[in-house]
Amino acid sequence: MITWRSLFKKFLTDPVALLSGIVLLFLVLMAVLAPVLAPQNPYDLIQLDIMDSEMPPAWSDGGDDRFLLGTDEQGRGILSTIMYGTGISLIIGIGAVIVQGILGITLGLIAGYKGGWIDAFLMRLADIQMSLSTLMIAIIVLALFQAAFDANIYADYAIFMLILIIGIAEWPKFARTVRSSVLGEKNKEYVDAARVIGLPARKVMWGHILPNTMTPVLVISTIQVAEAIMTEAALSFLGLGMPVNRPSLGSLIRSGYELIFSGSWWITFYPAMVLIALILALNLLGDWLRDVMNPKLRRGED
Amino acid sequence: MAMLEVKDLHVAFPRGKKDEVEALRGVDLTLEKGERLGVVGESGAGKSMLAFAILNLIAAPGRVSNGTIKFNGQNLLDLSENEIRGIRGNRISMIFQDPMVTLNPVLSIGVQMIETLQAHRKISKREAHALCVDKLKLVAIPSAESRMDAYPHELSGGLRQRVVIAIALLTDPEIIIADEPTTALDVTIQAEIMSLILTLCRENDVALILITHDLGVVAEVTERLMIMYAGKCVETGNTRALIDAPSHPYASGLLKALPQHAGRGTKLYQIPGSMPPITGLPTGCAYNPRCDHASDRCRVDTPSLEHGVACFNPLNTHEAAS
Repeated sequence: MITWRSLFKKFLTDPVALLSGIVLLFLVLMAVLAPVLAPQNPYDLIQLDIMDSEMPPAWSDGGDDRFLLGTDEQGRGILSTIMYGTGISLIIGIGAVIVQGILGITLGLIAGYKGGWIDAFLMRLADIQMSLSTLMIAIIVLALFQAAFDANIYADYAIFMLILIIGIAEWPKFARTVRSSVLGEKNKEYVDAARVIGLPARKVMWGHILPNTMTPVLVISTIQVAEAIMTEAALSFLGLGMPVNRPSLGSLIRSGYELIFSGSWWITFYPAMVLIALILALNLLGDWLRDVMNPKLRRGED
Repeated sequence: MAMLEVKDLHVAFPRGKKDEVEALRGVDLTLEKGERLGVVGESGAGKSMLAFAILNLIAAPGRVSNGTIKFNGQNLLDLSENEIRGIRGNRISMIFQDPMVTLNPVLSIGVQMIETLQAHRKISKREAHALCVDKLKLVAIPSAESRMDAYPHELSGGLRQRVVIAIALLTDPEIIIADEPTTALDVTIQAEIMSLILTLCRENDVALILITHDLGVVAEVTERLMIMYAGKCVETGNTRALIDAPSHPYASGLLKALPQHAGRGTKLYQIPGSMPPITGLPTGCAYNPRCDHASDRCRVDTPSLEHGVACFNPLNTHEAAS
């Protein structure tokens, strides 16, 4: 049995987990507190001045103390846009995983518990979904969406579209994980006992089996957040993600990429560093969680 | 009319596309209010299958292929899923073998108990909580109030089985089916748990179906006994009388196999062979290959239950038909 306390203890004694946790906490706090901490609001056009564009970081020649990490071609401070952009990336990542989780857990639970043709149908559906690459689906849908609506509408709804598309495209990962756990759990005696008590199938599934499948769900959730952020970054890099006026980390990297050969490397470099740190921290935490939660890798410690 | 009346119950599982094998092959059972019945047999005789069939919980692809299960005159097999749920865990409840696995590991005792109660009664959380604590006290769990927040892994095996018993008693059922309730427990607490079940059944006038392979326990606890072999009842009768003078050679063999019947230094008796799988039953009486008394007729005809015994060559005849 794993308790939250023993989990926390293990977390504190594992240097990799601890470091990833600190990095993640730092980035999350930075994103949440961006409106308070950021030296500039990159969404507020009045604060932007085209004269400030493409300034190098503050410590190099031609730098300005107002912009620690330099500015992009529209005169937005890189530090401020990173702070706001991390938040957008995190919102998309977490939002997409919530959508994936709701869809995947529900369908996986039903498939695993009901079995028979319902299981076969849902899992073939998952197979089909998995055979279509997430990026491909996202590119098609977003390109259509961009073509069909005008830029302002697109800018307003891009974040929801990204969450929905990445969420829907990746549900089979959750569904498969949950289904395989349910298959392992549903023949255990506590499930019989719950049915003998007279509980309806709905309550047996959601109240008794689901809580016992949460361990692997927790693990893939962490890794899927990283995956979703990367997908969003890739889409933004292709110009199909967040619009220029509400940049995520991916769209920041893209906006600088065009200027990299003219010497303005910082526009791409700093957002990319933050993106790498974020993904690495999430993946390392996910790996750590998987190891800690896997009973086969534990030896009589509790 | 008996409270529970099972007649000619067959449970079948599909084999291949068209064929079926029977796990229960025509079981009769009656249970009066407050009566305690023991069901004894080897592993695989269909004892647990019988319990699940009574609650209409045979897992697919298995099914009850024939027979009736009348509970207070109502055939449980005719009820809809919703109606039978009102009986399961409410008027007929069940205690399982291993309390380590029958309680949900991730839900607290209180949550599991209150849920059971709320599945059958319109009752507020607070009232349910109080009732649950009462029942925990009834099964002699120390500091019952604080145990409500405990998780199963925090309790010992004996305590867990007490919790399971408390859950079974929550709704004041008319019948409790106990499927080997002490097998998984330490020998030292087996007697404690068994006497707890006995006392509770007596005091609350609850009928008990005790499924076990421990004839010693059966002799102490039950009034009537039913011996099952390969999905059939081979002998039934008053527990005392049956144990003193078994009629069916199988019943006699089981009793002879008890270690206390072997003298010091003598070899323990064992019934030769093992129970045939349900997929390959011999013709005639299912017990004939292992039976010392088998005659030619036993290999052809199947004996039916008459005067409490299903045998052509009974060892003792019951004078008073049970």
